[in-house]
Amino acid sequence: MSASPAYSEEKGGSSSLGEPEYGHDPASGGIFSSDYKRHDDLKEMLDSNKDSLKLEAMKRIVAMIARGKNASDLFPAVVKNVACKNIEVKKLVYVYLVRYAEEQQDLALLSISTFQRGLKDPNQLIRASALRVLSSIRVPIIVPIMMLAIKEAASDMSPYVRKTAAHAIPKLYSLDSDQKDQLIEVIEKLLADKTTLVAGSVVMAFEEVCPERIDLIHKNYRKLCNLLIDVEEWGQVVIINMLTRYARTQFLSPNQNESLLEENPEKAFYGSDEEDSKDDKPDAASLVKRKPYVMDPDHRLLLRNTKPLLQSRNAAVVMAVAQLYFHLAPKAEVGVIAKALVRLLRSHSEVQWVVLQNVATMSIKRRGMFEPYLKSFYIRSTDPTQIKILKLEVLTNLANETNISTILREFQTYIRSMDKDFVAATIQAIGRCATNIGKVRDTCLNGLVQLLSNRDELVVAESVVVIKKLLQMQPSQHSEIIKHMAKLTDNIQVPMARASILWLIGEYCEHVPKIAPDVLRKMSKSFTGEEDIVKLQVINLAAKLYLTNSKQSKLLTQYVLNLAKYDQNYDIRDRARFIRQLIVPTEKSGALNKYAKKLFLAQKPAPILESSFKDRDHFQLGSLSHLLNAKAVGYQELPDWPDEAPDPSVRNVEVPEWTKCTSREKRKEKVEKPFYSDSEGESGPTESADSDPESVSESESESSSSSSESGSDSGSRGEESGDQSEEEEEEKKKKKKGKEGPRKVCPESAGRYHRHWRGEGAGSATSWELRNTSRDMGGLQPISPCLFLIDSFTSPALERRDQLITSQPQHVPTAFLPPSAQMLSPVFSTMKTYELLHRMAGEGLSVEYYFNRQPFPPDPHMVAVQIQFSNNTESEVKNLRVSEPKLVSGMRIQEFQEIGKAGLGWNDGALKVSTHSRQFYVSIQPPVGELMAPVFMSENEFKKEQSKLTGMSEITEKLTLLDKCQSDHTIVQRVTAAANVSRVPCGADNEYRFAAKTVTSGSLILITLEQKEAARAHLTVNSEKMVIGTMLVQDISQALAQ
Amino acid sequence: MIHSLFLINSSGDIFLEKHWKSVVSRSVCDYFFEAQERATEAENVPPVIPTPHHYLLNVYRHKIFFVAVIQTEVPPLFVIEFLHRVVDTFQDYFGVCSEVVIKDNVVVVYEVLEEMLDNGFPLATESNILKELIKPPTILRTVVNTITGSTNVGDQLPTGQLSVVPWRRTGVKYTNNEAYFDVIEEIDAIIDKSGSTITAEIQGVIDACVKLTGMPDLTLSFMNPRLLDDVSFHPCVRFKRWESERILSFIPPDGNFRLLSYHVSAQNLVAIPVYVKQNISFRDSSSLGRFEITVGPKQTMGKTVEGVMVTSQMPKGVLNMSLTPSQGMHTFDPVTKLLSWDVGKINPQKLPNLKGTMSLQAGTSKPDENPTINLQFKIQQLAISGLKVNRLDMYGEKYKPFKGIKYMTKAGKFQVRT
Repeated sequence: MSASPAYSEEKGGSSSLGEPEYGHDPASGGIFSSDYKRHDDLKEMLDSNKDSLKLEAMKRIVAMIARGKNASDLFPAVVKNVACKNIEVKKLVYVYLVRYAEEQQDLALLSISTFQRGLKDPNQLIRASALRVLSSIRVPIIVPIMMLAIKEAASDMSPYVRKTAAHAIPKLYSLDSDQKDQLIEVIEKLLADKTTLVAGSVVMAFEEVCPERIDLIHKNYRKLCNLLIDVEEWGQVVIINMLTRYARTQFLSPNQNESLLEENPEKAFYGSDEEDSKDDKPDAASLVKRKPYVMDPDHRLLLRNTKPLLQSRNAAVVMAVAQLYFHLAPKAEVGVIAKALVRLLRSHSEVQWVVLQNVATMSIKRRGMFEPYLKSFYIRSTDPTQIKILKLEVLTNLANETNISTILREFQTYIRSMDKDFVAATIQAIGRCATNIGKVRDTCLNGLVQLLSNRDELVVAESVVVIKKLLQMQPSQHSEIIKHMAKLTDNIQVPMARASILWLIGEYCEHVPKIAPDVLRKMSKSFTGEEDIVKLQVINLAAKLYLTNSKQSKLLTQYVLNLAKYDQNYDIRDRARFIRQLIVPTEKSGALNKYAKKLFLAQKPAPILESSFKDRDHFQLGSLSHLLNAKAVGYQELPDWPDEAPDPSVRNVEVPEWTKCTSREKRKEKVEKPFYSDSEGESGPTESADSDPESVSESESESSSSSSESGSDSGSRGEESGDQSEEEEEEKKKKKKGKEGPRKVCPESAGRYHRHWRGEGAGSATSWELRNTSRDMGGLQPISPCLFLIDSFTSPALERRDQLITSQPQHVPTAFLPPSAQMLSPVFSTMKTYELLHRMAGEGLSVEYYFNRQPFPPDPHMVAVQIQFSNNTESEVKNLRVSEPKLVSGMRIQEFQEIGKAGLGWNDGALKVSTHSRQFYVSIQPPVGELMAPVFMSENEFKKEQSKLTGMSEITEKLTLLDKCQSDHTIVQRVTAAANVSRVPCGADNEYRFAAKTVTSGSLILITLEQKEAARAHLTVNSEKMVIGTMLVQDISQALAQ
Repeated sequence: MIHSLFLINSSGDIFLEKHWKSVVSRSVCDYFFEAQERATEAENVPPVIPTPHHYLLNVYRHKIFFVAVIQTEVPPLFVIEFLHRVVDTFQDYFGVCSEVVIKDNVVVVYEVLEEMLDNGFPLATESNILKELIKPPTILRTVVNTITGSTNVGDQLPTGQLSVVPWRRTGVKYTNNEAYFDVIEEIDAIIDKSGSTITAEIQGVIDACVKLTGMPDLTLSFMNPRLLDDVSFHPCVRFKRWESERILSFIPPDGNFRLLSYHVSAQNLVAIPVYVKQNISFRDSSSLGRFEITVGPKQTMGKTVEGVMVTSQMPKGVLNMSLTPSQGMHTFDPVTKLLSWDVGKINPQKLPNLKGTMSLQAGTSKPDENPTINLQFKIQQLAISGLKVNRLDMYGEKYKPFKGIKYMTKAGKFQVRT
């Protein structure tokens, strides 16, 4: 250690350590002496056509990363090579990408399409590796893509790909925890997987994402138990730990009959002793006979199937099984783990260290278990100190009346060790043995007294401290020892030891009446130079002597108290003041004076020397938290046994019924969080499906500010009271306009309000007024259709950014069009409504949006979004407002200020709707299909453009058209519904063509659908925006598949 | 799980870092350095170091600290075992695991690490699979690579990862089919001053080197399987078969692997093959001490004891030693106070002996403890427990393999207290 600073100085200090050695490294060449120009070399090499040059460059770059040098400025040059044919270059690029993608999110998106293509590869290993890298790129914007990829991979044919999908789940979760519900769905699906390859990984994902969803395990419990032995070792560890927790919640304690014994540790200890001796023949039958308790067969299954794993070569697996047995097995069976744990002690010292800590904890609870292996814990002089101390701990725990003599003999050897820390620990251990086992107390004490003449001060000091504790148990017989110790005050400098001696003399001053005052005299001389802890004991001694022997010590005491009065430490000043008042009789001194003697010289209970490992077993053994004796982040508490066993039948597997019910449940959850799903798909069970057309008509009929009054009368409330009731209002129905809400009132009569907007020039400050004061009772809902414009990116330089927007849609409302404009898009504008805020979540306020496919005059690079607010409560919603619009870079908002009394705001990717009382975060998620505008072109133009957009820009997918989807009309309708495109005339009648432009950058998107025989079809999308293309293909094929 | 890995050499340089999740700044290692300073000796650095936001788990091997950074609860043995597996893999790849080798092969190291963990969770830790994914560098391959520009990355895909025997690579071909098994037993013992045994145990392993074509299925049986008290297996061994018939049945991985490690039950008396006679005395007043050790064979079952090596940590007060060995070489390091004596073979007719004086620091009193003597030795062709392999059979392939079994006994942690 000490060599290192000198070393770096020698080499010129400032550069990071170790650099010079790299200079010798032939593989990395001279790169490390590099300045930034050197990177230009690398860039050139990366741009070259030769794979060998690229490879060389990549190797150097990876070497830089390995050393922790920043290579991020090479990102653009490197990422270009992501599609390189050479497999090693590719791998190294992946390494680079995973390392730096987080820092260079925009550029990283360039690589996405490569992986997306990889996901479709016929080779499972390529699919898996594509998914692995894709999910390792920590770029929040691709969350939806990752989600899709994971979902798809989770139902892949190949178990290896499914395993990779399981691995990807925690990655996505850590990137965006909002995806939890969807991820749980995937986990549930993968948990049902029957292959060993997947099991470990998915349980890992389970533990990271939703460890609380223990219900997901029920149906898979038996399968997991049975697969366990064939799962790879790392997976075994995770599964066993999880099953331990599971079993604790589902089964009854197998030791419940002994729990009474456990109250009394002594008894429990002897009890387990007997049982352990029988543990070679642990048969459940005999247990059952003895006790009314019957072990759940599933519980037995777990114990039986984990036992062979004690034979694993992997220490972590052995430890996992050991803790499972310790926490779950009947006492009589726990013994089997001892042998395996002792075996681990042969392993590396780090393994020993961990195992010994666990053994220390176990050996307190189950002493008998390790007794046969006592000798395995004997200490060798070559053991590292930390191992020695742990072994000592175990030996002490194992000591009992029969083996104490052997152990003490062993300790005698240890005391002569050269390792003084270890000697100190040994003395402590002897003290503990002496307190625990009465019959050796005197022997130990004598041994310790001998140590007082040891030459090493630390040893003496430690002995003093331990002797003090032992003497407290039987002080009267040991005045000789106390005298001996009094002499030591001249020599011993260790504060703790001095303090201990002083305390002893003070406490037993009556046994040593001659010596005590003399000690006080000496101490008062050196008082000012002592440590605080010693000073306090000097004061104590003085006080006690004053009370017992005031003749000799009165003046000394006064002197000490005076010294203490002006001490720097306030504790000492306080103590002096307090004691003076207490012991020195004055006229003012209170009633306590009389009792001073009782206070100071009360009989004190002897201290109990305890293991520091006592009670550590409330942490799950083998866990990090147990090791640290503190809860680590993410530690899952080991639950207590339940009093009553939960229904064991939940583990019975009846596949069909189960899938049915859960999927229903899931689907419901999904509804809450629409994910590019269309409204049909997400409709809840009670949903009423009117609305879309109406919302349009509403907006047309705008201006009707008065209709609300007519709307309803029944028991109308005042605005104010309504405000309050708004929050109470809870309706158990699903979304949509909320129009269906009032069962009794017809839509028209329900007061419906249109927020009125004026599009102003640039649309910058468009104001709405909510002219409605919804008083109407039954009816509620002021509905305000309005249009927002989504602003995508205007800067052509930022081309990649708009891929970004497509994948994570957070768009910004900008302004509103005149209502008349809505009429312009007669056919397609009313397709789908997306929910922004459910009225349950919004406490009565629901917000929906749809894309009306209108051009937005103020800025052609924006997409119009129509947002509709409905109030489902009886009361007025006030102060709707946009607040804190935080935008992802490259996005624009055109501000609108007030929405009458409602408002909107968005946050990063999420829209925030706030009313006067609440704020809601919501997000708009436009499907890619909406981010484009139709283009009209001729067939020839189409072909010309298409020929320009081949290769990477072309995405093809095969699909099967359903029967109902065969006709021209339906196909065209479905495609145009899925995306805002226009049809291009086409010569062949089995081919359909569509064209559009992205709103943002105006890049062309060409769609070709070619019908083949037997309902098969080819869908081709040509676009330079690969991400848009891919997603569009997905959307369209989905639309056609329905 | 495992967030990052830092490799730190003995002088405190971080010479390699790898992150499997978001980058953790290397400044986190400062906590490690602190702990290292406190521990004074490398082996006393606590394997788990909590820091405000992370936990550092480290293993120390080959003078390198492998420090893993984790953030959340994870079984510590899981990480430690994995780190040891990493070291084993490096050793397997490069022959040795040292700072220089790792730096020279930094790219391969990085590629291997990348494959071993995915998002901090072990992905491929079987060396058979890893070697298929990333070929270990050999001299020949390095030369060929520089000329042709080909790579270390395997171009075939590791189908083994998908198979039911994930530890064996597929398409193995050899012209000479051979299978060698080494039964190696180590004696751990503590012998006290008077020469009586305080504790003695035998730990054994069977290391295999199997080079067989195709997918052979092997069974190995013992003459006296009852000797084996506690065993742990390579994952390839079929546990059920062992439980019921005490036969090892397995499809072996390709190449070198540890088939089995076992513990011979403590009930059996352990034969101690050597004895040490020592006479070490310090005198209180004088600054000289006498030192004499003689090593002799005890229960060797008629075999020669070779490779004998005696080491002893002398007390601090010893300044120097002037000794004459009857055979072999000896050294004494006055700084670390470590005496080592390379004895070689023990000739029962003429017992090796080391004799001389120690010069002690003047003025100090005699040390409390006499030094402990650590002993190493080897006995070829003998398994001290008496374990014998009965036969090895192969199924599943047609050819006749060449089979070989070798026995050896070694000293494990063999200590003599004086």
